[in-house]
Amino acid sequence: MSPDRPSEHPLFELERSMRTGEHARETAPEPAVGSSNGNRLSGPLADPSAEAGYSEQHPDRMGFFTDTSVCIGCKACEVACKEWNLLEEDGLELTGMSYDNTTDLGATTWRHVAFVEQRIDLSTRARVDIGMPGMGPPETATEEVAGSEVRWLMSSDVCKHCTHAACLDVCPTGALIRSEYGTVVVQDDVCNGCGYCVPACPYGVIDIHPENGGAFKCTLCQDRLGSGMTPACATACPTESIQYGPLDQLRERAEQRLEQLHEQGITEARLYGQDPTDGVGGDGAFFLLLDEPEVYGLPPDPVVTTRDLPAMACYALAAAATAAVTIASCFLGGRR
Amino acid sequence: MAEAHPVGFQWVMEAKRRGAKIIHVDPRFTRTSAMADTFVPLRAGSDIAFLGGLINHVLRGGHYFHEYVAAYTNAATIVDESFADTEDLDGVFSGFTGSGYDETSWYYQGARVNPAAGERDQWHDVFGSPEHDRATSEEESARRAEPETDPSLTHPRCVFQILKRHFARYTPELVEQLCGIDQERFHEVAEALVANSGRERTTAFAYAVGWTHHTVGVQYIRAASILQLLLGNIGRPGGGILALRGHASIQGSTDIPTLFDLLPGYIPMPRAHPNLSLDEFVATNAADKGYWGNIRDYVVSLLKAWWGEYATAENDFRFDHLPRLTGDHGTFQTVIDQIEGRVRGYFVVGENPAVGTANAHQQRMGLANLDWLVVRDLNMIETATFWRNGPEIENGETSPSEIGTEVFFLPAAAHTEKDGTFTNTQRMLQWHHKAVEPLDDQRSDLWFFYHLGLRIKSKLAARRFERDARQRERDRPVLELTWDYPTEGDLAEPSADAVLREINGTDAEGRALSSYTRLRSDGSTRAGCWIYCGVYAGEINRAARREPGEQQSWVAPEWGWSWPANRRILYNRAAADPAGAPWSERKAYVWWDAEQRRWTGHDVPDVDVAKPPDYEPAADAHGPDALRGTDPFIMQGDGLGWLYAPAGLHDGPLPTHYEPQESPLRNTLHATQRNPARRLYHRPENRYQPSGAEPGAEVFPYVFTTFRLTEHHTAGGMSRWLPHLAELAPAMFVELSPELAVERGLRHLGWATVITARGAIEGRVLVTPRIRPLRSNGRTLHQIGIPWHWGPNGLTTGDAANELLNVALDPTVHIMETKAGACDIRPGRRPRGVELHRLIATYRARAGITEHTGGDAPPPDNGLPENGTRPSGTDTVDGGEDES
Repeated sequence: MSPDRPSEHPLFELERSMRTGEHARETAPEPAVGSSNGNRLSGPLADPSAEAGYSEQHPDRMGFFTDTSVCIGCKACEVACKEWNLLEEDGLELTGMSYDNTTDLGATTWRHVAFVEQRIDLSTRARVDIGMPGMGPPETATEEVAGSEVRWLMSSDVCKHCTHAACLDVCPTGALIRSEYGTVVVQDDVCNGCGYCVPACPYGVIDIHPENGGAFKCTLCQDRLGSGMTPACATACPTESIQYGPLDQLRERAEQRLEQLHEQGITEARLYGQDPTDGVGGDGAFFLLLDEPEVYGLPPDPVVTTRDLPAMACYALAAAATAAVTIASCFLGGRR
Repeated sequence: MAEAHPVGFQWVMEAKRRGAKIIHVDPRFTRTSAMADTFVPLRAGSDIAFLGGLINHVLRGGHYFHEYVAAYTNAATIVDESFADTEDLDGVFSGFTGSGYDETSWYYQGARVNPAAGERDQWHDVFGSPEHDRATSEEESARRAEPETDPSLTHPRCVFQILKRHFARYTPELVEQLCGIDQERFHEVAEALVANSGRERTTAFAYAVGWTHHTVGVQYIRAASILQLLLGNIGRPGGGILALRGHASIQGSTDIPTLFDLLPGYIPMPRAHPNLSLDEFVATNAADKGYWGNIRDYVVSLLKAWWGEYATAENDFRFDHLPRLTGDHGTFQTVIDQIEGRVRGYFVVGENPAVGTANAHQQRMGLANLDWLVVRDLNMIETATFWRNGPEIENGETSPSEIGTEVFFLPAAAHTEKDGTFTNTQRMLQWHHKAVEPLDDQRSDLWFFYHLGLRIKSKLAARRFERDARQRERDRPVLELTWDYPTEGDLAEPSADAVLREINGTDAEGRALSSYTRLRSDGSTRAGCWIYCGVYAGEINRAARREPGEQQSWVAPEWGWSWPANRRILYNRAAADPAGAPWSERKAYVWWDAEQRRWTGHDVPDVDVAKPPDYEPAADAHGPDALRGTDPFIMQGDGLGWLYAPAGLHDGPLPTHYEPQESPLRNTLHATQRNPARRLYHRPENRYQPSGAEPGAEVFPYVFTTFRLTEHHTAGGMSRWLPHLAELAPAMFVELSPELAVERGLRHLGWATVITARGAIEGRVLVTPRIRPLRSNGRTLHQIGIPWHWGPNGLTTGDAANELLNVALDPTVHIMETKAGACDIRPGRRPRGVELHRLIATYRARAGITEHTGGDAPPPDNGLPENGTRPSGTDTVDGGEDES
């Protein structure tokens, strides 16, 4: 097939190549960085779109850099996301989790702002356990926390658009695809609602819609990117906490921001999901955090759940072979 | 600011990114505090003590910007010898009459100066008694009086020395005692402020209604103004005091006011002096010096815009057509008048007083006693449904069959469904274009009022011959009103563009005017709002300009249009030194170009561009000509920034710490507990609580402050009906500290009932370390945060915080005190029906509340204000019977 068909949407090309079987045989170029354990399900991968079969002309890999150090918790991202993507209201429950009444990502919530109230020690900038409300007179309580300060962390969570997306790997229908922008998108009309993707996601992002049964999650506003528009959440963010752009640039910008914060003495600042050597090969949507990922409800060391598939297959084969040999030897032994 | 103005807060984050230190002062730790470098928690209602402490720090340490203060403020002006300070009189200023102030002792020595805002009517000063010969007074006023000054700032009665004495007791210790701010943190703020002010650096203050909604609200802002003037932070880039307004275009609706005592462009509404002529109005309201000296140009142009050809020099340009003030016609007095049966009809447009105004019960009592009520809103708000599901119906106090009010609910178009402008904090008009047509019967407010006007005019015209002479005279202002806007589309929508052009004004040939300096008092010009003159200069809608920032200078003059004259920083003459040179290269903004002999710079200079810095006015000069080349504050009657306000305010020339109307704490600064000039309304539905040392104050031991969430908009009319907002903050709650939760047995997410003398509301409990008890006046003080977005209608419902609030007002601007109150809190839901009544009655009885509680003294025998020309201070407006 011709690699140069610029007038055609890469998805058509991909679809055709998959139909004809050319996809696997010819068009998939070698990953720029070899994967460490020799399989294509994990490890660094420079160009997931190319890996998925898009031609060299595919656009840059796009993503989000969410700088939580400037997030003011206005939730404009949540609202803009729901408005643009026509997602319905999904619960009028007061949760008591600070100002977070959204609680988590799901089929009808593709952006979620977490609010974490902490007390930190001013000298060490370490967390102080708030514990249960003190029983003593307030003077004692006040003295107890002298030298400590309240810190309120806010962070807008979203689908990570992993380099190695387990949801996509396990999808039996091909409903989950890698887009030309390197993002991971569910095609609602192809999804049969089997739900395999739900436990596969190491972040607990994707979910089955309780009413229509399909799987849903952030598309990085696939329907805006084609017209050169920025995703709705990043457009609405007033403080540029959510930054959208080519992933390479975002990673660079994030490194600079991290350096800047460290220089300002905010040593607890760290990046999360930007590392191409991590368990998911780096995230297309990554974060600058001010505390451990667990504090924000993020897994500390996410691993693509299909990483060990080849090894598991080997073990399974070995086990099967062992079993076969054992069984065979029983029969052989029986003849004796 | 991050909570209620998240979009504007992006610029604070931008400043932080560039190295600015952000300090947040608030009773509650909010989303703003989370972003700040330093958070300063303080007791709600104690800000004047805090700001006073900073003023004292600046004065005592000699940290003020000496050249700026000496040249641009009234520091050197000598005050009349009859003036006595609160420090001399234990909490009151000279001139206290027992209910309000006679302000004459606050004047400068040798001259009466008219303020740029606030109370300006000088009838008594100009004409004395009504029998006084008015012509003589006008001749006298031809000589411009200059107050005495002492440039060395050492005269004991000069403003600078008065200021020093006034604030001498506002020490860090006092701040700690009154505000609960520890001294270390106070010093951190004071030093940051001083280090970041001067020639090379400036500091900006941003505030919202947390500063204004107090019985001393205006004085809060005065305190900030004094501090900023002392530090040289006014009229300079990066400085200023920024009022973050409460809604979109609230600035616009003070510029072209919905306020009873102002005409467009801050022209005072005339008072009902007998046979007041235009000349007399000008004589009593104009300033000798500065641009208010041209008030006649502004008034005549306004009258010409309104009454066109009917307004001529012979008939005083129809000055008689303007209504006259006979007293307080503010919103709270109007509602009392409704309860008393003196007001029969009511328009409520884009507001939800049934849950959104202080003492909401009182508001609903007024609504329930009308003949007719028109409500225009986006949603079926509580103000339109109070008669069937208001708390009084729920509690069985009244029933729909007992309420005679005929309610007309008219659906309104949203801002996306109409053209128009927003004018916000920075005085900038920004045009918004209609994106979609309104659905069904939804109409813009412009459509509504235009077509209503047409119908009223045609009805009056048709019945002209049935009307007697007196009635015909009364109809004239309406019949002669210019009402000729072009309409467009199927809905006959009036052109907002044409309205803006009318506001801008036109010259004798009908061409759009370019500047307010072109306005004339001979009737040749028209302008609907003189300060907006220029927004349509060159026949271009300048509010609609959206030149991207990167394609213009950093001042961005091509984005929208700022009044006046597209000037982005007011009083920017102060950005240059007296000789006209920038104070520093870093802070250069406008300056005198000696070669060109004119003012120039990055912004439109706020000075006559041809007036050299060394200009000295002639002795008989008036108006702008009387301003010296060094006077930056061109709207002030003396051209100077007022460290001391000799006029305009009803509660004193200097800010003084008073406790809020209701406070658990005694005022330890002086014997006067509360602002002695505040306005009270002792009425059965508006009982006040005892405060401080008064017996019964301990019944309401906690301070509460109302607040807004980012997720909701004001009284909820624009957010509680929207699923995507309702789900983000889905229930009424109250915020409190773990310590208070323990003290009162409150459980996180459980219910709590908050009680005051007016009402009791319930909400879910949010226990949070963000709220911390303070040490104030030697005791532990708990504060409770109560959002005020909820009501019985919409997707998320709950009790309204305004059931708790009293109506006690700032005497100058009639604002209520929503930001500092006293309450009790207990676990569990509030009782219903008659039990609720019983609960409140029990609390009132325990606190010994009577019709006199909360006043400073028994009510005077004669509570009626003199001529209705002065506010009545603590005079009581007692209407109904006491509750049983």
